[in-house]
Amino acid sequence: MILDHLPALQVVLPLISAPVIVLVRRSRFAWLMAVAVSWVAAAIAVMLAIRVADAGVISYALGNWQPPWGIEYRVDPLSAFVLVLVAGTAAIVAPFSRISVVAELPREQEYLLYAMFCLCLAGLLGITITGDVFNLFVFLEISSLSTYVMVALGQKRQALAAAYRYLIMGTIAATFYVIGIGMLYLMTGTLNMADLSVRLADVTDVRPILAAFAFITVGIGLKLALFPLHQWLPNAYTFAPSAVTAFLGATATKVSIYVLLRFYFTVFGTTLLFRAMPTDQVLMLLSLLGAVTASLVAVFQKDIKRMFAYSSVGQVGYITLGISLANTSGLTAAVVHLLNHAVTKGAIFILIAGITLRTGGASGFDRLKGIGSRMPFTSFGIVIGGLSLIGVPGTAGFVSKWYLVLGAIQRGEWIVAAVVLASSLIAAAYVWKFVETAYLTKPDESSVKAGEAPLPMLAFAWFMVVLCVFLGLDTSLSVGGARAAADFLLGGLR
Amino acid sequence: MRRDIVLRVIAKLIIPFMLLFALYVQFHGDFGPGGGFQAGVIIATAVIFYALIFGLPAARQLLPEWIVETMVASGVLVYAGVGIVSLLLGGSYLDYSVLAHDAVHGQERGIFWVEVGVAITVSGVMLKIFYMFAGRRRDEDNG
Amino acid sequence: MSFASHYSYWATIVLMIAGLYVVIARGNLVKKLIGLGIFQTSVYLLYVAPGKLIGGTAPIIAEGYRTYSNPLPHVLILTAIVVGVATLALGLALVVRIREAYDTIEEDEILRLDDEDGS
Repeated sequence: MILDHLPALQVVLPLISAPVIVLVRRSRFAWLMAVAVSWVAAAIAVMLAIRVADAGVISYALGNWQPPWGIEYRVDPLSAFVLVLVAGTAAIVAPFSRISVVAELPREQEYLLYAMFCLCLAGLLGITITGDVFNLFVFLEISSLSTYVMVALGQKRQALAAAYRYLIMGTIAATFYVIGIGMLYLMTGTLNMADLSVRLADVTDVRPILAAFAFITVGIGLKLALFPLHQWLPNAYTFAPSAVTAFLGATATKVSIYVLLRFYFTVFGTTLLFRAMPTDQVLMLLSLLGAVTASLVAVFQKDIKRMFAYSSVGQVGYITLGISLANTSGLTAAVVHLLNHAVTKGAIFILIAGITLRTGGASGFDRLKGIGSRMPFTSFGIVIGGLSLIGVPGTAGFVSKWYLVLGAIQRGEWIVAAVVLASSLIAAAYVWKFVETAYLTKPDESSVKAGEAPLPMLAFAWFMVVLCVFLGLDTSLSVGGARAAADFLLGGLR
Repeated sequence: MRRDIVLRVIAKLIIPFMLLFALYVQFHGDFGPGGGFQAGVIIATAVIFYALIFGLPAARQLLPEWIVETMVASGVLVYAGVGIVSLLLGGSYLDYSVLAHDAVHGQERGIFWVEVGVAITVSGVMLKIFYMFAGRRRDEDNG
Repeated sequence: MSFASHYSYWATIVLMIAGLYVVIARGNLVKKLIGLGIFQTSVYLLYVAPGKLIGGTAPIIAEGYRTYSNPLPHVLILTAIVVGVATLALGLALVVRIREAYDTIEEDEILRLDDEDGS
């Protein structure tokens, strides 16, 4: 019986745990609660994924109001994939987070961070699972508001300014999104995604629909840090508490990309997408510009957190590039890179959390000289993660790039394939910068004195690192899931 | 303002009726305009009004910070709890129809408790925001 | 389809652009939030205005009433208003903290102070 209600529990359990944490107000309890909830959420996500793979799409009518009138929770191959990704990341980040949170936050704010973590998790899972476009907006704002608070809890005062800027950009993005779905509602009278896709087929070329499409694209583009709408991301990632950066870096932009995929392929459909508007060309151009420019900017950063934050913008470019190719290989690349990049960046940001723990919060390259000998496991983990960002064979990043280039060649876009390869070289440049600082520079008096990061932290980080290599060698699970999702997306097209 | 006798007397006269009106808005929400959100705001307004006339320390004595925070959390729990109860009674999440012997009564009962939760949380949040902003300048002056 | 028959849309558009302009053009953090509020308000109008039928009543079936207004936009916008309030409160709280940390709420000065910090 309880199995039928898994879609509701997936969102409700994290949502309920937040007020419970606020009621109890003990930081240790808050941490235990966050760990328990994220593990349960991950278990539910895996169970849902298995059920979807066995029995097809799950539809859950919230409050027993049948869709399209009521709010529908809908789990299909794509959302199951993203659910596992988000809940899994939370389950890995939550346990080790306490070490880093205790070091970075005042004691009376710790429970608040965990309450926000649970809310954010609920919001991200809700975005992924809901089949109702307005419900999606509500979850979007739940996750965004909790994210602003988490970013603002960072140690330095720049965290406040970064959170403020993120709040302004995020609210504009969400408002654009609401304007878009408002127009869709005015034209079709429905908010259910499946129903929308049916009804939109009749009114594809009407101007309000095109305007709605543009509003939604720009709004979600802001949220997923599509170049040139990425200005909020580097500061927010740099100054947020390290554990938060690890969680956000792996999940926040990924969920927004999921929303984009959902709207492009489930709601609007390719007729509107690629015939009424030159979406693929615009998206392709912006993605390539983003991948190249952000990687170039990353090379010149003086702070390791900031460098990898810019690298995230570049990596998002690869994912949106895969979407713009709009064939099976391209979409497979996009979906599989959601996972691969989440694993890679998750590993890197957890390891960086270990470094900042030892440096007392500093993450500038001048403090990291010779860190390769002081923190050998941490540094080596970052190097492997970096190799995956470049796309070296044997790492997860290679798999994504392989399908991306394949998709580009299938479409006959040789220049795109060449630019992707060239941008990998730029990635090599910024990863080399870390290698040079860590291994080839002699430590001086300003560099880190203390030794390796605490064991639990290293263990979780290395689990991700090993996963990163594993996903590069055995692609049956990741590419299998991604291909199922891609086929599902393309199969829903008319 | 604390010595102004007119304000003090009128405040004491008005505040009970504000709270009563909040309850009216809350429970009449089934049949007319109203509901938990509006009622919660009116309750918070009454307390904020009290704070404006009698001073923030008096209001904090009346409703200490920890009670306000508890309100914020427990209201959400009441709301979510309704959903959990309907799950346990065999419906889907937030399916009010299973909460009573027939669907109509169930719907009414479900909405009632959800609105109670909303009212508690909203008044808590409004007061929390007020305390947060009103308290800051005071701390600065003392420090 | 005259200009006047769509006045609610015109009002929406004017508010939308004015709000967005204030967010972009003003350097004062509080003024930015005001602009953001105006921008969000325009969306409330975008939803609510088309939901109203002139002469329509609340959608409760009763003798003598034929035309009903659409209640759904109002419910949606009630949610959006709550979200807007939460955003505004959080934004103002951040501004208060920024003022304490930087001693200014002008964006260009904050950027200058950040540059001096060397990051």
